[in-house]
Amino acid sequence: MSQTTATAPAPAKPRRILDRAVVRFAGDSGDGMQLTGEQFTTEAAWAGNDIATLPNFPAEIRAPAGTLFGVSSFQLQFGSRRVYTPGDRLDCLVAMNPAALKVHLGDLKEGGLLILNTSAFEKKNLDRAGYATNPLEDAALEERYRTHKIDITRLTVDGLAGLPLNAKEKDRCKNFFALGLVSWIYTRPIEPTLDWIKKRFTKNADVAEANTRALKAGYHFGETAEIFAECYGVEPAEMAPGTYRSMTGNRALAWGILAAAQRTGLPVVYGAYPITPASDILHELSMHKRFHVRTFQAEDEIAAVGAIIGAAFGGGIGLCATSGPGLALKSEGIALAVMAELPIVVFDIQRGGPSTGLPTKTEQADLMQALYGRNSECPVVVIAPATPGDCFFVAYEAIRIAVKYMVPVIVLSDGYLANGAEPWLIPDPKSLPDIDVRFRTEPEGFHPYAREEATLARPWVRPGTPGLEHRIGGLEKQDVTGNVSYDPDNHDLMVRLRAEKVRRVAQEIPPTTINGPAGGDLLVVGWGGTYGTITAAVEEAQMAGKSVASIHLRHLNPLPPDLGQILRQYRRVLVPEINSGQLVRVLRAEYLVDAVGFNRVRGVPLATQDIVDAINQLVEGNR
Amino acid sequence: MSTGTNAPQVPRYTKKDFESDQDVRWCPGCGDYAILSTVQKMMPDLGVPREDIVFISGIGCSSRFPYYMNTYGFHTIHGRAPAIATGLRLARPDLKVFVVTGDGDGLSIGGNHMLHVLRRNVNVTILLFNNRIYGLTKGQYSPTSELGKVTKSTPMGSTDRPVNPCAFALGVGATFVARTVDRNIAHMEETLKRAAAHRGAAFVEILQNCNIYNDMAWGILYDRESKIEHELRVEHGKPLLFGPADARKGLVLDGVKARVVLASEVPAERFWVHDQSDIASALVLASLASPQFPTPVGVLAQVEAPIYEDLIADQEKRAVSERGPGDIARLLTSGDTWTIR
Repeated sequence: MSQTTATAPAPAKPRRILDRAVVRFAGDSGDGMQLTGEQFTTEAAWAGNDIATLPNFPAEIRAPAGTLFGVSSFQLQFGSRRVYTPGDRLDCLVAMNPAALKVHLGDLKEGGLLILNTSAFEKKNLDRAGYATNPLEDAALEERYRTHKIDITRLTVDGLAGLPLNAKEKDRCKNFFALGLVSWIYTRPIEPTLDWIKKRFTKNADVAEANTRALKAGYHFGETAEIFAECYGVEPAEMAPGTYRSMTGNRALAWGILAAAQRTGLPVVYGAYPITPASDILHELSMHKRFHVRTFQAEDEIAAVGAIIGAAFGGGIGLCATSGPGLALKSEGIALAVMAELPIVVFDIQRGGPSTGLPTKTEQADLMQALYGRNSECPVVVIAPATPGDCFFVAYEAIRIAVKYMVPVIVLSDGYLANGAEPWLIPDPKSLPDIDVRFRTEPEGFHPYAREEATLARPWVRPGTPGLEHRIGGLEKQDVTGNVSYDPDNHDLMVRLRAEKVRRVAQEIPPTTINGPAGGDLLVVGWGGTYGTITAAVEEAQMAGKSVASIHLRHLNPLPPDLGQILRQYRRVLVPEINSGQLVRVLRAEYLVDAVGFNRVRGVPLATQDIVDAINQLVEGNR
Repeated sequence: MSTGTNAPQVPRYTKKDFESDQDVRWCPGCGDYAILSTVQKMMPDLGVPREDIVFISGIGCSSRFPYYMNTYGFHTIHGRAPAIATGLRLARPDLKVFVVTGDGDGLSIGGNHMLHVLRRNVNVTILLFNNRIYGLTKGQYSPTSELGKVTKSTPMGSTDRPVNPCAFALGVGATFVARTVDRNIAHMEETLKRAAAHRGAAFVEILQNCNIYNDMAWGILYDRESKIEHELRVEHGKPLLFGPADARKGLVLDGVKARVVLASEVPAERFWVHDQSDIASALVLASLASPQFPTPVGVLAQVEAPIYEDLIADQEKRAVSERGPGDIARLLTSGDTWTIR
């Protein structure tokens, strides 16, 4: 499917134009809310909007129906201006059952659209959600919100009369009714969804027909039912010309790996032990064997990192992805790669912790683990993507740095980036920088730990190269020869060399982009998945006339060479993070700057408004 | 594997070609010396170019092995050598890979990886030096130490029941399982050659002496007299006989139960004839141990099974032949896209 211009259907009712809208679909895990949200995202993308999404689902696979912890939701913000985040407060909430209402109502704006599936508000579901009385009878709901009580289940089933499907199968189509209705409310085109249904259910014509009918029924219900006085439009956003696709972080990361695989022509070994929220990378890569990516589902996290170290020793590209608990298990392996100076990349898709924590929720609290979570002096390169689509470039960059400097690289993505989507301007793979792979083949003057001057990289030698047989390992190495050495001065030297090698990666870092004035009252410093929220908040503060700028760090070790200089151009420095203050500690320690943190560790993205408030407080407290 | 078949191109090596320039640092009298020497000696017979050979080890006395081999080598971390070797084989199925490990490295901290490298049937040759003690950490009991063993960490005797390495390997689906003894050079050489020639994961338990912390742990198989009584040489297709010529004994199998009989007292056809392709009977055989039974040495089992890396390579080939080589530009623009002008 490809099209050049997206046309919104002509509405029969008055259409009010909005800058942007925040919509959340919420229901039971089995209600298909993720799919509904993804399809609505595609529709908005077709209409030319900029988009940010936030899927949110329980860790339990089939949580008991109707329970609060079984609620699954999908939120998106779409707009005609740049959209940086999925939004703080909802313009529209679709609640398919009482539990969804209870969990999510607090996020709906006063006067916001509330769509309720009435048939789900029966005794059993009300009990499970903990409602003593039926909220449908609560007058306050009508007063505070534009509430629409619609029997979505019955309307769906009625619309499917005559189709050879049983009651349960018909009931399952109700999410498409809801999607159709919301598509009408926001005048997003349903064509992409119709197309999707056709492709998805090629082998089951009845189900395809049922979903098609449910979608259209919902759409027409909005159009004809008297309850909606108006619908809304959101004009196409002004986006850079080019071809776009919707991209999630995990897919972007996998495709970045494929781009590097093709560019280098080297075999890629991807070791993984299934762990949320990283497993989708394994699933994605395992579909692309023709790029010579060999996915290895290991017996545990340790074997996964072990295998990729073996692959790197063999002259292949060794990669693995995990989440916080898995990174902890990989520590010893990563340290071996530091000692053996082999190029590997470990992707940490951070989630709420500690321990098992909140497996399906997001967090940024593994920064210290990535920087320091190994025994002894064990520096690695650490970089972090800022948006879902950025994961593509960061994955590629991590591989490029790892092989150029012969160092392990840790990439810190997170659950929000992994599952979140954005419209992504498809890059030309030819525009990606070269990956400098040089295998040593010359035996003359060969030493396993002799170093290249600019990078301090030791030579990469593929076993199978005659005359270069050598041994490496985890014991301390004598400088140059690589022989085992217990000499005190040599150890001190090697500790410094390993650190210096990582420091030299700073020469790869471009000048830092400053969003705002080059000096002033406040600089907001962020890293990783908070890019959207911070940028939105800073732009809002700037529009309110505040002297505020922001920078977003991709490189966390080494830090950008110009960072110290930039930090000194502002009176205050604010560092918002989804942790208890990790980057802020690094900045304070590294630059002796009185930076302050803004920290919330709730398993969800930071709220833009909270950061705006923190900015205002600091700027005003300044005067 | 492409190597090994190009015999004409392989230089004529001697043992010396496989000796590295590093000083060997094992304790004088350690059984590892004999194993190192035997491995170096058999290398020229592999018919594999030296540069295509890789030794991977974990941690422990045995794991210093790669430093002393003039091949490619990687001394890694405790217990993880099988995982590292698996990744190496995935990236480089053209290499001949050996894993050197010990009873602690391979069966305690690395027991999980050992299980999986064997069941996957990765094409590696695994040499497990079993001295029934932790040597490098100076004398704690190991997972193969006998119950009641007095060591530094078990002054009142070990309360752990030991694992039988060969029975373990058979139980997890190894396709080649053998046992040999560090003091029997000829048998060791023969066994290692067969292991190296096996296609798939080959597991060799080498009974090895630690003369510092567990001297004569296998004394029953060292002493000339007791060796005759206790060493059972197993050979495919031959009856399981042992003991002195004048009082020859044999094994008979009643159901899954082995029994020792005097050879003179049962008819020849009653003897248990070793069948290396029969995993179930190999498991019974592997479980026998001195002093109640003789200790079987030799190739206990060898069967054919698909090799993990071959299956991976097959899928890769199929993916390319069915859909063409990967093309990132096409992938990026596949599926749903839209264009803004």
